[in-house]
Amino acid sequence: VTALVLGIGNDWRGDDAAGLEVARRLRATGVRAVEREGDASGLLDAWYGERDVILVDAVHSGAVPGTIHHLDARARPLPAVLFRASTHHFGVAEAVELGRCLGRLPQRLELYGIEGGRFEAGRGLTPEVGGAVEDVTAELSRRLRRPGFPARAARGS
Amino acid sequence: MSTESRTIRTDALSRVEGEGAMYVRIRDGQVDEVKLRIYEPPRFFEALLRGRAFTEPPDITARICGICPVAYQLSACAAIEDACGVEAPVPIELLRRLIYCGEWVESHGLHVAMLHAPDYLGYESAIAMARDHPAIVERGLQIKKAGNAIVELVGGRAIHPVNVRLGGFHRAPVPRELEPLAEQLQRARELAFEAVRWTATLPIPDHDEDYEFVALSHPDRYPIESGRLASSGGLDLAPAEYDEHFVEEQVPHSNALHSRLRDGGSYLCGPLARYALNSARLSPLARQAAQDAGLGPVCRNPFQSIIVRSVEILYALDEALRLIGSYEQPDRPAVAVAPRAATGYGWTEAPRGLLYHRYRIDGNGTVLDAKIVPPTSQNQLRIEQDLYGIVLENIGLDDELLRLRCEQAIRNHDPCISCSTHFLTLEVDRR
Repeated sequence: VTALVLGIGNDWRGDDAAGLEVARRLRATGVRAVEREGDASGLLDAWYGERDVILVDAVHSGAVPGTIHHLDARARPLPAVLFRASTHHFGVAEAVELGRCLGRLPQRLELYGIEGGRFEAGRGLTPEVGGAVEDVTAELSRRLRRPGFPARAARGS
Repeated sequence: MSTESRTIRTDALSRVEGEGAMYVRIRDGQVDEVKLRIYEPPRFFEALLRGRAFTEPPDITARICGICPVAYQLSACAAIEDACGVEAPVPIELLRRLIYCGEWVESHGLHVAMLHAPDYLGYESAIAMARDHPAIVERGLQIKKAGNAIVELVGGRAIHPVNVRLGGFHRAPVPRELEPLAEQLQRARELAFEAVRWTATLPIPDHDEDYEFVALSHPDRYPIESGRLASSGGLDLAPAEYDEHFVEEQVPHSNALHSRLRDGGSYLCGPLARYALNSARLSPLARQAAQDAGLGPVCRNPFQSIIVRSVEILYALDEALRLIGSYEQPDRPAVAVAPRAATGYGWTEAPRGLLYHRYRIDGNGTVLDAKIVPPTSQNQLRIEQDLYGIVLENIGLDDELLRLRCEQAIRNHDPCISCSTHFLTLEVDRR
């Protein structure tokens, strides 16, 4: 059983595409990775029956653009404030909490949040976020190739 | 009589699509002012369509809304095909109706179970409700999933489908692709039938409004992708006559335009209007469910909209199954549409109500002018009037309970503020 990477975002909203870009790059190297727009019911369906799931999404916490946040969504609720870029106020954080209430969370559920700088209409990542996309892709690539998909080495946020 | 003054406000309304706020001012026990403020910035879609090719509005306008892109695509197709003098053949029209059923199920499914139900059961969110009532949420998710499956199969993907084009579709499904979908829809139809019964058991406030209902109407089917415009006041219009009878006005407190009847006031579109003008054309199963749930042929209680919406979900699933059962693959997935200098008018019934598009194009197919009137801007004035009556009836409630009741009243009409700007904060001011 291999882990599933869910890249979340909107290609037409600048840095909000970061998660999608990570998923595309990983898939090109043979990793199980899919893209989603981030609506809660779609995410619950996407991880249905999966054991290990990694979410990658752009976040907006006020940190320096390009900052990589790593959170264990099984351990505690994701702070909803991170996802200002989600549509309809019924996005990633809600999907996780709804999944928790309904007993529909994967055994392992991690979030890589990439701090975005620009969420206005239009395509293209800012350079800082482009760099973070490369870093997250490389790290996941490395972790997912190791047998048993080891936990992330402790460092930073 | 109380001489106090109160202000009730919500600065960011939750469980609606987009960004808006509500403000209610009460003076000496009387409702002095009610404003639904839509502050989501306008997006100028109509202006950016000018100069684009006549084939582009279905895909461009679909981006106005992540919840009802099919409505935008099909209203745009209807208007541009009208300008070009093309009528889609029946098999294409039926396939359009099928994908549209999927969008109704997706949109209503989300609203009933996740956005509106918490109001009736006293929860601040679907998540809080899911802790105590997981089965309700689980059923809602299953129903919505069936809608997604229709849109994904016919439209290429569940959100922002890519298979719709002017003249029809890029590709029409082959009949055997629809078989597994039919099995899923049968299960969803059973859940939807249960859901109608369940909505009838909710504690529903007593409250009637004297609405002027406006919806499409079709002689032999419940209106979705086509019809003439009908109203409880007796209108019977073709799309080209819309602008003669309806006007849009700017108001200082909102970024969305307010629509009203040219020779009258506000009106209501959406599920209550469609139902009032067309309940006789529901399928027998949907009619039976409506009757069992205590609905008559017309429903004027906006708090019962959750029942009507659930009846429409059941109908859309029943109708989708009927369409699949009689599906014949079109000879060609789309008909050719050649441009000509003309103005075209089109409309369909988006989940939230009438969605009108008008395009003027030149002989080369360049869009010269576009007009889009979404359901929420048509309903905005009427929602304010609902609030006025509901505040008056509930003026004895404390501010917090009154605020909750007002939010519920706004969600009765599932406003899509993203579409109409062209979310919600609530403020009650009593002194």
